[in-house]
Amino acid sequence: MALEDTRTLRFFNRGPSAVARLVFFSVLSLLLLFVDARYQYLESARQVISIIIYPFQRLTALPGEMWDGANAFISLQSHLVADNAQLHLRHDADSAQLKQMETVLSENAQLRALLEIKQRAEYSVQAAQIVYLERDIFKRKLFVDAGEQNGVQAGRAVVDNSGVVGQVTRTYPYLSEVTLVTDKDNVVPVQLVRTGLRAAVFGSGNISELELRYQPVDVDIQVGDELVTSGMDGTYPPALPVAKVIRVERDPAYPFARIACVPLAGVDRHRTLLIVSGVPTLPPRPAAGDAHGTAVPGKKTPRRGTP
Amino acid sequence: MRHQMTMDREFLLPASRRFILASFIAAVLLEWLPWHGMALVLRPDFVGLMLLYWCTHKPHRVGIGIGWMLGIFVDVADASLFGQHALAYSVLAFGGLALNRRVQMFSLKEQSVHVFVLLLASYAVYALVHWQVLGYVEWSYFLGSLTSALLWAPLTLLIQTLRRPRRNPNEL
Repeated sequence: MALEDTRTLRFFNRGPSAVARLVFFSVLSLLLLFVDARYQYLESARQVISIIIYPFQRLTALPGEMWDGANAFISLQSHLVADNAQLHLRHDADSAQLKQMETVLSENAQLRALLEIKQRAEYSVQAAQIVYLERDIFKRKLFVDAGEQNGVQAGRAVVDNSGVVGQVTRTYPYLSEVTLVTDKDNVVPVQLVRTGLRAAVFGSGNISELELRYQPVDVDIQVGDELVTSGMDGTYPPALPVAKVIRVERDPAYPFARIACVPLAGVDRHRTLLIVSGVPTLPPRPAAGDAHGTAVPGKKTPRRGTP
Repeated sequence: MRHQMTMDREFLLPASRRFILASFIAAVLLEWLPWHGMALVLRPDFVGLMLLYWCTHKPHRVGIGIGWMLGIFVDVADASLFGQHALAYSVLAFGGLALNRRVQMFSLKEQSVHVFVLLLASYAVYALVHWQVLGYVEWSYFLGSLTSALLWAPLTLLIQTLRRPRRNPNEL
């Protein structure tokens, strides 16, 4: 049995006292906090440490991946056949709709050409797997396994098949940090599908709720209205579904109506997300064509919240 | 009296550097598992607990400096502000060192109460920084300190068992 530790604490000759060390490290932490909160100097240090801990982070995601893998491996043949049949049906229905959509698109392009509106450039998407969900209940963030090495840049929009998930706020060599639309005070510029009203939804910090703020009490918004991105900030491509209105409280005592929405994207339902790249930078001043819902010059555009 | 003796001996059990490192890695891996929803709210602070354990049991080996370094790693992994966890863990480690002399007198139940207070202080430091920088606090966050304190006794028993030297089965 090792005896080196059996002596009592030496009161002398053991370096600075615990209090002195606490003060030293506290001051160091506060200094780091100050620098990190105010400036961006520490991003490179963060990158270096992130590379060191990356293997551990992947290791923690392993049980989930193995569980999924095992599930896929032992799933019954009959399930697979049923799934496949269903997907085929879905595909047929979708492709029929897609045909219609193509016709509409070409018609739209023609009309746009007639009206001399600049074409909306196509954007491409890149698939990324969720490595893990938020680990801090203060924040609504998750990490995906595509990083700088895959060409991801901060500011890119992240979507899934049912709507907007959020935005890339920080990139590491092999990972990217995605802030969800539900993150506290995160702003997404949106448009009401039914009326075309432009607005901004704010994250509430609650994973299943968004707020539509600064709308007058008599605003024409009903429960069940769908909100899509307006594409006005150049971050999110236009016309992606964001949220659905679930509650409208009109209290004349307050200047604004209280409108709650539920996000449409299912962060907890999928493992794969899509990172949108190549969203065109908006022209400084769009051509005529207000009737089509393009940005009105001079109108205050809601900016996305800084992380 | 006999109880006291065994308790004392528990505290004198050896712990190699490698064992301490492995225990911290295990704690970090547990903490980084994909916790979600209610489980995330109730998730015990494994790293903080492990740090507290070593600070109270091996204060010569693990102290405020190591707590601070752990905090920096957790900060990067959690994408929190640099120094946020580091500050909280420094405070926690200091509490552990201060408790070191006293904790040997207490039963596990009494220790848990002490640990709860220390964890609460460290959680409060974290929340305070968050409130100062970002302007709001989620109160459910503090539930984690309670679950952590409840985990103190099982964790202590587990590590004591692992630290106990293996008996030779042929020994009389």
